[in-house]
Amino acid sequence: MIELRGIGKTYQMGANSLVALADIDLTIARNEYVALIGPSGSGKSTMMNVLGCLDLPTTGTYTLDGETVAGLSEDQLARVRNRKIGFIFQSYYLMPRTTIADNVAQPLIYRGLAPAVRRERANAALARVGLEARVLHKPNELSGGQRQRVAIARALVGRPNVLLADEPTGNLDSKTAREIMGVFGDLHREGMTIIIVTHDPAIAAYCHRVIRLHDGHIVEDREQVAAA
Amino acid sequence: MSDAVPIDVAPEGAPMDEGNRLQGFFYAMQECLRSALGSIRSHRMRSFLTMLGVIIGVASVICIVSLLQGLTRSVMNEFQGIGGNTLQIHSYTSREDRMLGKWNHMNPDDLALVKYRIAGISNVTPITGVNLPGGVRNGSNTSSAQVIATTGWYQLANQSYPRTGRFITDSDNDSRRRVIVLGDKARADLKLPEDSLGTFIQVGNEWFKIVGLMEARGEMFGQSMDDYVVIPFETGRALAGPGREPDMAILLTVDNVDAIADVTSRITALLRRGHKIGPKDPDDFRVESSQSLTETIARVSSTITLVISAVVGISLLVGGVGIMNIMLVSVTERTREIGIAKALGAPRSFILMQFLIEAMVLAVIGGLIGIALGWLLGVFAAKLIPHFPPPAVPWWAIVGATGFSALVGMLFGILPARRAANLAPIDALRHE
Repeated sequence: MIELRGIGKTYQMGANSLVALADIDLTIARNEYVALIGPSGSGKSTMMNVLGCLDLPTTGTYTLDGETVAGLSEDQLARVRNRKIGFIFQSYYLMPRTTIADNVAQPLIYRGLAPAVRRERANAALARVGLEARVLHKPNELSGGQRQRVAIARALVGRPNVLLADEPTGNLDSKTAREIMGVFGDLHREGMTIIIVTHDPAIAAYCHRVIRLHDGHIVEDREQVAAA
Repeated sequence: MSDAVPIDVAPEGAPMDEGNRLQGFFYAMQECLRSALGSIRSHRMRSFLTMLGVIIGVASVICIVSLLQGLTRSVMNEFQGIGGNTLQIHSYTSREDRMLGKWNHMNPDDLALVKYRIAGISNVTPITGVNLPGGVRNGSNTSSAQVIATTGWYQLANQSYPRTGRFITDSDNDSRRRVIVLGDKARADLKLPEDSLGTFIQVGNEWFKIVGLMEARGEMFGQSMDDYVVIPFETGRALAGPGREPDMAILLTVDNVDAIADVTSRITALLRRGHKIGPKDPDDFRVESSQSLTETIARVSSTITLVISAVVGISLLVGGVGIMNIMLVSVTERTREIGIAKALGAPRSFILMQFLIEAMVLAVIGGLIGIALGWLLGVFAAKLIPHFPPPAVPWWAIVGATGFSALVGMLFGILPARRAANLAPIDALRHE
């Protein structure tokens, strides 16, 4: 479902150019549960941006769900992000002034769905992460773990092809982190494709496939038996 | 979590569920409005200060327009009393001639010409002012009242009637009786009691018997409209002395309102012949209908309104700059929020619309507050100026002020909105 062929990303900084990704070939199939690991500066974040269509690669082709991403305009990329990708960020990135329900429904606004439909789907997604009782709360009234569940609900609400999580447990204590990883595990069992970017080997241990990046290259790509 | 609602994973390459474009646009607008109101609510003080420029601009326009409209309306009502079918003929002297000391006159021959040679008119009334040394006196009490010499039709043309007694009659006129009708202020100035019919007072050196007292008409622009006395026209002529014909005006009503233009041109032709005016020379008189008078007043008032509105409109632009300033700050503050929206798939146009609508909502709320404030100011100012008519806020001023505020908001929202829409999602997300 995800196919990277010869992907490279170079940042131009004055006279110097910084190679963040070099000649990446990678295929991720449907319903895989992948950890993308590596030290900081290894190209993880760039990889995440390219996979999430937040940034375009300098070279190579990226095909997502049958659609070639290269050469798309900014608005076309926004459309792909909205329809095919569910993002989960380390610091949740929720809108502070609006309710949980509105936060979760936000991606659906950009699809032109009616408020009633948006609300119904947002409620269903919040029920999925066990927060149906909190729909009218504001994000700052929730704990970190609950906020991350809201973010997961928001990622799920658009029925994406793939969930992209960037250090999803980075701001959480280990108990809450386990709970969140449990949510990911359930979603994977139900058929979701999940990619988790992390530097934490304990988190990577939950995944079924581990891809290690170093200096913009894939240095390791292995299947593993996931931790419980 | 096994009993949780299962997610439905979209099958590979499945068509996307989404609303149609028009509906989508409508829902997006709705959402932008909601977000704009939310953002204004969460920064009440700042939003109010931002609006202040627009509030002051709109308030001053509305205040001035309402005062001017109130004034125009009261003047119009005053003229409405004369009636739409009344014509007034008076002498006209060009400025050049006046500087040469040459004055054109209307005289009783003109009155006779109009009265007997023009068909389709009635109530032909001569009016002249009489100036006699000594003025109007009752013993040692004097009055500065204007002395009007006219006939009985004057009361119809002027829509004012005696409170007690009677007005000047045709027989008074024919026999040049020394009778007088007093306006209410003239009566008061002469220290005469409310009912002073039959009393004799002096105009110049002549004694006149009071036969009528007019009902009070009040004041207009601080000028009493009751400071006058009326004597018969022929009496007034006689008082001026032999060979000293005073200038006069002629009031008349046209029987058929549709014939006003026709009657006007016939009178003009007749008087030109009577005054022996050459074909290339200008008229030495004017024929005016109350309609043309009110039209002139309306034109003058709307010109003033336009000029003042334009001047104050410029101050609204200053308010617009204030809005732009705060919107630019707001875009910087909300960079992260914009980044999140973009990551979640908000297209450029949505972000653009969101900030444009926020700027417009700010400006329109400011405009509405300004309308209310301007109206209050107008009421207050009208109360403060003595004898000023109550202000009137016309609907076009409300619509115009609101529309112009929205336009200002949109115009000055473009720059901040474009800045927000052009943010790159990854940079915006990383913004601290």
